[in-house]
Amino acid sequence: MSPRPTRLRRVSNPPGISGFRPYGGTAKGGQPQSVFLHLEEYEVIRLCDHENLNHHEAARVMDVSRPTLTRIYAKARAKIADALVTGKQIIIEGGKIYFDSEWYKCNGCSCLFNQPEKSVVPDICPLCGSSEIVNFVPVDESIPVTRRAPSDICVCPSCGYEKDHEPSQRCKDEVCPVCGSQLMRKNNLLAKDI
Amino acid sequence: MKVAITSTGQSLESTIDQRFGRCAFFVIYDTETGGVEILPNPNRDAEEGAGPASVQLVASKEVKKIVSGEFGVKIKSLLDSLKIQMVVYKEPEKTVKSVIYMLNNK
Repeated sequence: MSPRPTRLRRVSNPPGISGFRPYGGTAKGGQPQSVFLHLEEYEVIRLCDHENLNHHEAARVMDVSRPTLTRIYAKARAKIADALVTGKQIIIEGGKIYFDSEWYKCNGCSCLFNQPEKSVVPDICPLCGSSEIVNFVPVDESIPVTRRAPSDICVCPSCGYEKDHEPSQRCKDEVCPVCGSQLMRKNNLLAKDI
Repeated sequence: MKVAITSTGQSLESTIDQRFGRCAFFVIYDTETGGVEILPNPNRDAEEGAGPASVQLVASKEVKKIVSGEFGVKIKSLLDSLKIQMVVYKEPEKTVKSVIYMLNNK
């Protein structure tokens, strides 16, 4: 049986530089050896060590599972340590990734736009200049609401409020916006009733 | 800053093309000088790969923003890595001229 294909990692902030080179040192002449740090490994270092997210949060940002993220993180640290200790140059490239950016909707002219510069939050619409901008969350239309499995829905046991379950986010940690009680997965609630 | 607008025709009175990769013409508008350049799209009838080829054409003109009705799946990540802003404007009735007018009056 062939293994599952690698899930693409979401990279929201690619590096501005393409690598690091050692200087000084004892190696005589010639190019120093290289370590290829993948873009996903750069991103995981950025999220976990620069933005101080925990692995759960970072995994959600990169759209992979928490264990996968931890494996990428371990690999990234091993590569960087190797480069630092043995004086290799680091080249940041490659990896199974896709780039993503934030999308916004303008209520003035009803256009959608993205922001390639991640650090800047737009204040006016790039088309009509209106300041009525809201975050745009694309709805996955390929899955009709009625066909979602109960395990994909978080439900409030007391008032029946429902929302889509978000992967790697525990329903128990969320409260119902209507009545304030603890949410739970719908399939668990159904199992309880039986 | 240069803005690319996809157009169905060769004049500013034409409407916005609702596709990016296979649009008929690109209108490249310079917001600083007010200059307009109209490029026919050579990838209009391409079997496949029209999107990435159009991105290359537009990127070679140092465009920083693209206004179109829709962008394909292959294009989004490509434009993200090139740091080109996408503006999705789903108004098939609007003319290129009105978009330029909007860009000027913000």
